[in-house]
Amino acid sequence: MNATDKGMAERGMGFGLRALNRLAGSDLLDRIRMRKQVERALFQTTKQGFRSATNANRTFKAATKLGRPARQPHARTTGQFDITPDDEQQMLQEAVGAFASEKVRPAALAADAACAAPTELLAQADELGVTILGVPEELGGVMPERSAITSVLVGEALAHGDMGIAFAALAPAAVATAISLWGDEEQEATYLPAFTSEDVPAAALALLEPRPLFDPLQLDTKARKDGDDWVLTGVKSLVPRAADCELFVVAAEAQDIGPALFIIESSTAGLSVESEPAMGLRAGATGRLLLEDVRVPAGALMSDGKREAYVECVERARIAWCSLAVGTAQAVLDYVIPYVNERTAFGEPISNRQAVAFAVSDIGIESDGMRLATYRAASRADHGEDFAREAAIARKLCADKGMQIGSDGVQLLGGHGFIKEHPVERWYRDLRAAGVMEGALLV
Amino acid sequence: MINLETPKKFRPLVSQANQVATEVFRPISRKYDVAEHEYPKELDMLASLIDGMNEGSDIGGAGAAGVRREDGDGDGKNRNGSNLSTVLGIIELCWGDVGLLLSMPRQGLGNSAIASVATAEQLEQYGGKWAAMAITEPEAGSDSASIRTTAELDGDEYVLNGEKIYVTSGERADLVVVWATLDRSKGRAAIKSFIVERSNPGMKLDRLEHKLGIRASDTAAFILEDCRVPKEALLGSPEVDVKQGFGGAMQTFDNTRPLVAAMAVGVARASLDETRMRLAEAGVEVDYSKPALSQHAAAARFLEMEADYEASHLLTLQAAWMADNGKPNSLQASMAKAKAGRTCVDVSLGCVELCGSLGYGENDLLEKWARDAKILDIFEGTQQIQLLIVARQLLGKTSAELK
Repeated sequence: MNATDKGMAERGMGFGLRALNRLAGSDLLDRIRMRKQVERALFQTTKQGFRSATNANRTFKAATKLGRPARQPHARTTGQFDITPDDEQQMLQEAVGAFASEKVRPAALAADAACAAPTELLAQADELGVTILGVPEELGGVMPERSAITSVLVGEALAHGDMGIAFAALAPAAVATAISLWGDEEQEATYLPAFTSEDVPAAALALLEPRPLFDPLQLDTKARKDGDDWVLTGVKSLVPRAADCELFVVAAEAQDIGPALFIIESSTAGLSVESEPAMGLRAGATGRLLLEDVRVPAGALMSDGKREAYVECVERARIAWCSLAVGTAQAVLDYVIPYVNERTAFGEPISNRQAVAFAVSDIGIESDGMRLATYRAASRADHGEDFAREAAIARKLCADKGMQIGSDGVQLLGGHGFIKEHPVERWYRDLRAAGVMEGALLV
Repeated sequence: MINLETPKKFRPLVSQANQVATEVFRPISRKYDVAEHEYPKELDMLASLIDGMNEGSDIGGAGAAGVRREDGDGDGKNRNGSNLSTVLGIIELCWGDVGLLLSMPRQGLGNSAIASVATAEQLEQYGGKWAAMAITEPEAGSDSASIRTTAELDGDEYVLNGEKIYVTSGERADLVVVWATLDRSKGRAAIKSFIVERSNPGMKLDRLEHKLGIRASDTAAFILEDCRVPKEALLGSPEVDVKQGFGGAMQTFDNTRPLVAAMAVGVARASLDETRMRLAEAGVEVDYSKPALSQHAAAARFLEMEADYEASHLLTLQAAWMADNGKPNSLQASMAKAKAGRTCVDVSLGCVELCGSLGYGENDLLEKWARDAKILDIFEGTQQIQLLIVARQLLGKTSAELK
C-alpha cells in the first residue's frame, strides 16, 4: 500500500467510523431491540476492514486460440407473434424455478442480513449452467444461438426466489457474456475456459459510478494511453461480489476513443475494493472498486473500443435488470394473493374490499406489462434488430411500475409488511434497484 | 419461439389500414368532430371496399369478422389468426380516427355479436347488414345484469318493452341487437339478446346524444314499446340456464374487450406520434440510450408515456394471440382493456399538455384525441369493472364475495 492509498484508506475508515459512532450512540437501536442484529450485520459487512486489496486471482492463460473470435449466431425468426418459450427454454425455466423456490427463497433472509449469498448456492447456480448461456458452443457454451430471451427467462425465474441472490449468481455470467460478445480470440481463449470450468470465478461487469444522474455514456473513470498500455483511474459503484472477484470488466472513458470496456484481472496493481452495502441487493455483496493508476496492456481493451459495442452492453444490461424486476414483481403478486385472502378485518377477508383487490389487479396488470416489454426487447436483440427503444422502455416500466409494486406489496400487508418476518420489505428495497443499476448483469 | 413483433403475414394488412387511416380518416377527422350527428358519407365507399376485401382479408372495423374463438386442437403449433389481425387493423384505423372507425358501416358491435354467436340461419338472414348493440339503460350501466327491458314470448314472437341508451350507430344501423330479460327474477341467466330491425315500428329513436368525444359516431337512445320480433331473432339459446349465467351475451364482451383495448392503443399512438414530431420541432428528442432523468423533462415525460403505451400495446396483442390459440384469455383481455383504457387517457392528455396551445387548440387534432380517449376507458366495461374482473380472477373470488 503506498502513501496515498494509506491516506485514503484512513480517511475512508474515518468516515465509516463517524457514521458508526452516530448509529451506536443512538438509543433508537435499543428501543427497537435491533442493536444485536445491527452489530452483527456491521461485523459481516466490515470484517475485511473498510477497504481491502482485491482478491488474488487464478492465472488466466490463453488456451487453444481460434483464428477469429467465436460468436453465437443470431436466432432465426419465424416471423410469427408468439409468447411461448421453446421446449429447451421451458425446461431451463422449470429447473431454475425449482431451484429458486426450494433453495434460493429459503436462503434469502439470511443472505440479505449477511450481505453475502451462500457459496454453495452460487455453485449450484453455476451447475445449472446460468453462467455460460452467452458462451459460444465451440468454446464450451451450451446455447447454439444467441438467446437474450433465455437469459431473461432465467433471470426472471431466479429473481422469483430472491433478487439479491440472483444478482450475485448472475454476475459472472455478465462477464462471460461480455467476453463472448465483444472479446477478441485472445480474450476469449484466455478468460472463457475459467467460466466453462467447474470452478466458475467470481467476476463483475462494472459500469456504475457513484454520482447523481449517472449516465453510462459519460464516465468519470478515465483510461489514458501510455505507450502500449492503458492506465485507468476512477471509482466503480455497487460492484457485485467485489471483494471475491477474480476478474473485472470495467467501463472507462478511453482517451481519444470514448466509453469502452477493459478486462482487468483482480491482482492488477492499483485495484482495491471497499464494501458498499446498499438499500437492497444485499446478497450481492456489493462493493466499490477503486482504480488508481491501474496499468493494463493494450489487449485489455474490448472490441477495439467500438462505441456500438459499449452502447449495446449498456442496453443488454438494462434488459437483464428488467428480467430480475419482473421475477421479483411476480414474487410480490404471488405472495400478496394468499395474504389478502386470508387476512381478515371487519369480519371478512380484506380482499373482499375493492381498495385492496384493485391494488392486486394493478400489480398483475403492470407486472405483465413489464414482462412483455422485457421479452420484446430481448427477442429483438436475439433477432439482430435494433432494440435501444425497447430496452429503454422496458427499463422505464420496470423502474416505475416495479417500484410501485414493491411499495404496494408492503402496503397490502400493512404493519406486517414492514417487518422482516415477511419478504415484502426486502422486495421493496430490491425493486428500487431496477431504475438505479447499470451494467453488472447482461443478457 | 418468443417474438413480439407484428407478424410478417399481417404487415400488408397493417400497411393498408394505415393508408386508410391517413388518406380517408385523418382528412375528415375534424369535419365530423365539428358536424356532430352528420353522416360521414365518405365512409360508404370505404365500407364497400372493405366488404370486398373481407372476402380475403381481415381488415375491418370492430366486428366484421366477429371474434369466434379458435378451438385449440392441441397440436402445439403457434397460430396468428383473425383475433390478432383484427386487433392490428383496429389499432391502425384508430390511429386515424376512433370516431370514424365506430361509424364504419356494417362494422358495429352488433355485427360482432351476430358473427360470434349467430346460427347459420341467422347469419344467412342478417349477414351483410349493419348491426348496432343496445345494452345500457338509464338505470343500468356497468351492472348489465340488472337491465329492465323485458322480452315476453307471445306466440311466435317476442314482445320487447323498455328504454335503451348509448347505442353506438343506433340511428344509422340496419339492425339493433337489444339485450332484454326473459324473467327479471332469474337474474343474468335470463338475459338474452334479440336482433331488431331498425325499421321496426315498436323501436322509436328518442334522441341522439351530444358528447365529449367520438362525435363522428352517433349515439342513440331508443324507446321500445311493444316491439314485436320473430322468435328466430333471439341470439344464442332461448333456455334460461342458471348455471351458464350470461352465456352468449357476455361471451361477446369477453371477446370484444381486446378490440376496445386496440382502439385505445391506436389513439394513444396517434397522440404520441404527433407529439414526438412537435417536440422534435422544438428541439427535444428522446435519446433511448441516455437515462430518462438526464434528459429534457419533456423527453423524460414522453418516455414515461411511451412506456405505458408499449405495455398497453403488448397486453392487447397478447390477449388477441391467446384467443387465436384457444387459450382462455378473460384475465388478459381485461388486463389489456384496463391498461390501454387508462393509458390512452393519460397519454392523450399528457400530449396536449406537452404541446401547449398547439395541443389544446383545434388547429391540430391532439385535443380531439384527448376528448375521444375518455370513452375508451368507459365503454365495454369501465376501468373499474375491468379491475374487478382481474381481481376476481387473480384472487379466485366470486362476484358475490368481491362486489
